[in-house]
Formats: sequence, C-alpha cells, structure tokens
Amino acid sequence: MSSSTSAKAATSAVAATLKEDRVSLNRELAQMLKGGVIMDVTTPEQAKIAEEAGACAVMALERIPADIRAAGGVSRMSDPAMIRGIQDAVSIPVMAKCRIGHFAEAQILQALEIDYIDESEVLSPADDTHHIDKLAFDIPFVCGAKNLGEALRRISEGATMIRTKGEPGTGDVIQAVRHMRMINKEMACIKAMREDELYTVAKELQAPVDLVRYVHHHGKLPVVNFAAGGIATPADAALMMQLGAEGVFVGSGIFKSGNPAQRANAIVQAVSNYLDAELVAKLSTNLGEAMVGINEHEIELLMAERGE
Amino acid sequence: MRVGVLAVQGAFIEHMRICQELGAETFEIRCAEDLEKKFDGLILPGGESTAQSLLLHQLGMFDTLRTLIENDLPVMGTCAGMILLAQHIENEPQAHFSTLPITVVRNGYGRQLGSFTATFDVGEVLNFKARFIRAPYISQVGEGVRVLARFDGRIVAAQSGNQVAYAFHPELGDDMRLHENFLRKLV
Repeated sequence: MSSSTSAKAATSAVAATLKEDRVSLNRELAQMLKGGVIMDVTTPEQAKIAEEAGACAVMALERIPADIRAAGGVSRMSDPAMIRGIQDAVSIPVMAKCRIGHFAEAQILQALEIDYIDESEVLSPADDTHHIDKLAFDIPFVCGAKNLGEALRRISEGATMIRTKGEPGTGDVIQAVRHMRMINKEMACIKAMREDELYTVAKELQAPVDLVRYVHHHGKLPVVNFAAGGIATPADAALMMQLGAEGVFVGSGIFKSGNPAQRANAIVQAVSNYLDAELVAKLSTNLGEAMVGINEHEIELLMAERGE
Repeated sequence: MRVGVLAVQGAFIEHMRICQELGAETFEIRCAEDLEKKFDGLILPGGESTAQSLLLHQLGMFDTLRTLIENDLPVMGTCAGMILLAQHIENEPQAHFSTLPITVVRNGYGRQLGSFTATFDVGEVLNFKARFIRAPYISQVGEGVRVLARFDGRIVAAQSGNQVAYAFHPELGDDMRLHENFLRKLV
C-alpha cells in the first residue's frame, strides 16, 4: 500500500469512528428525553407555555396535525423564521418535521441546527418509495412506525429514535395503542425464537438481520421508542407508558384543548408517575375541555399509511 | 448499600443498571413517598433540568431532597443533575437545589450538533471517555470545590464534600469507574 492510500485509509477509519460516535450521541439524546413529553407548538408563546409546563422538548411546526387535517392540501416543512423564533424562545431541545423522503428539507433543518428532525407522515410525503438516507446526516432523526418491520427499516436508514405513528390530529388513541402492541408482540416473538430462524424473520420483516438479532438478544429496539398520535389526556399518556412507551409526543391534544398550560402539565406529571392511578385521577380532574377529536372510522385521510 | 435514583424524567435506568452491576441495591425516586425509604446515596441523572425541577416541586420532593443533600447525603449529578446542584446558572435566573458552589452554563456547547465525546482524566480516573450531550460546563467554582476534570480549557467535573458533579454522562457506555468511586464513598 502506498503511503497516500494508507493515509486515506486512516482518514476514512477516523471518519467511520466519528460517524459511529455521532449515531451513538444521537441515540443518547433520545435516551435523555425518556420519561418526558414532547409537545407540538406553532409559536414562541406556545413553546414557552410547553417548557414551563415541563415539556422535555418541543416540536416546531406551522400547523398542528388537527389543523393540517382540516385544511387539507399539501403540507410542508415550516418556515425557518418560525423555527428560529421557537429556538430562541426556549432552552429545551427543539425538533421540526420534514416530509418523508424530502432530504433537501432535512438539509435545511440541519443548517438551522435543529436538535432532532421528525421525518413525518403528518406532512405530505415527497417520495413514495424512498425514505431519507439519514446516515448521511449528522443531525438525529425520529421516525414513525406501525410495526417492527417499519421500525427496523427506519433504524437501518439511520433513525436514532422511533415513535408509533398513531393517527395524528385525531385525539383518538386507538392507533397508537395498536402500533405499540404490535411492535411489542413482534419483539416478544423474535425473542422467543431460535437463532437459526432469524434469517427468515428478517426476510419477512424486510429488515436487516443484524437488527433482528439485536431484538432477539435484547427484547427491545436498539433506540428509544415513544408513543405518538392521538394522545389527548393524562390517562392516554399513562396508558401508553404502561404499554411500554418510553415517553410520549402530544400533538394537537394540548393546544386544541380548553386549558393548554394545565393539560400540558397534567400530562407531564402523568408520564412521570404513570403507575400512580390516584395521582392520575387527581391530574384528570377539572382539566376543562379535551380536544373534540375524530373517531377512527370517521377519518378520511389515514396519515399512518404514508411511508412504509 | 442502597442508592436512590431520581426517576421523574431522563436517563435514570442507565444509572441503575450500572449501580446494580456493581452490586448496589437501587430504587426509583418518583414521588414523596419514595423518600421515606432509607438510602445511602442519591443520583441525579441526565435529562431536562427544567422538567425535572418542576416535577420535583410539584411532586413534593424538592425541599426534602435539598435538606438531605445539605445534611451530607452523598450525591452524584450528571449533566441535568449537575445543573440541579449548581449554586448559579449563568444563562438562567433561577438556580435549583443550589447546594454546590459552582456556576454553570446551560447548553454550554450549543445544540445537538455540538454534542461530542472526549477522553481525559477525571481526578484519579485516567483516560475516561466522556460523552457530552447538549452539555453544560462549569464557568466558576467557589471555595472548597475541587476541580476533577477540564476539557478544552473548561471545567467539566467538580466535587465538594458529599457532592460530585459531571457535565457529561458516565452512565452511558461501559466504563463504570466513576460509579465505582461514588459507591465506594457510601460504604
């Protein structure tokens, strides 16, 4: 090997280590968010309310999912000015959404130094075949999943945090429950299998076998898994935590309700003590109007079907 | 030996796993009732300090925990935990427990793109690979505070009496030496 090739090899070895480090650091930021509530906000004022109510991060977006649903049309990444305004308003991590497959929007969010990108089915998908190659970015990504195959495919693309898709903007928790139970059931199944059965499982799940093997050995995903989609009450949050969520996203549920600050804080407390039914009862008392919500069978647009 | 780990929000499971591996008994501190148990040491984990502090107040644990720390209960704070212990926070009006005479800068290295790993000596522990995640750093230390580590000219670990604080996350990764040090003091 000539000296220049070996120097090149050494440089790429360093680059590989750094990349590995970056992926770990990004997974670890999600670990720090565990046991917390990430809230959708559309203005710096809402972001302040969320932070003061105990949110562990906020999701900056132009319209909350319920309004996106009502307005129809193409839904895109938010205006950078609006995202910057929210970054300036709070000291907790700020996340923002880009469209599925829209790596140019993701590049913009990385340039804004957002803390986490949500490649989200809530926005209109930009690519019906490919998700973003998230390993090409330094910035972390969270992605939605309805089942284990989807979760592992997103992780193989570089997602460092997973959330259930649920059905955003509905205030109906049924889909988040279904997705969380599905992922847990599939993981329990794989854990109980023989090592030599994992290849076929990987084929069926359309996911890399090394990730399937990780699930087999650990009984969990290699990244943090939050609940999202349709969570509107402290009881919804406690339900998802008891089903194995490591934290929750609350989208429309807070700022579509009668008393956002109080509801936001009640959900934060419910997540921190999700097994304490007496406390959750107290937190649920006189919370005011919850968001109206739409039942599953009344929905015309199933966002969870976007991006498999 | 029994270690209570604050478990209202953040990466508390990681601390518990390491303590258990080192042979200590652990339990989660989630509500005021948990503080009635007897314990020899306290860990304040990483997470979001604003969320943790609010919950400590709302769940009725703040004053009890502060009194315990003031009365010499050994405590280790990592990242957000260090912010909870600090007497002053440079970029925030309100400190929390305010028991450790240091001044910290929250999000001192910027946003997530500024997160990094670095290897340096932490007191007698040589070559510790430290993981900084949206980390704070210490800008000033008061009297009687021992600086345990500096990186890039900034103080990132300090100790005073029963309190030890790290700007980084010894609970991540598989190097358990800093936990070992902490547990040794509890015996």
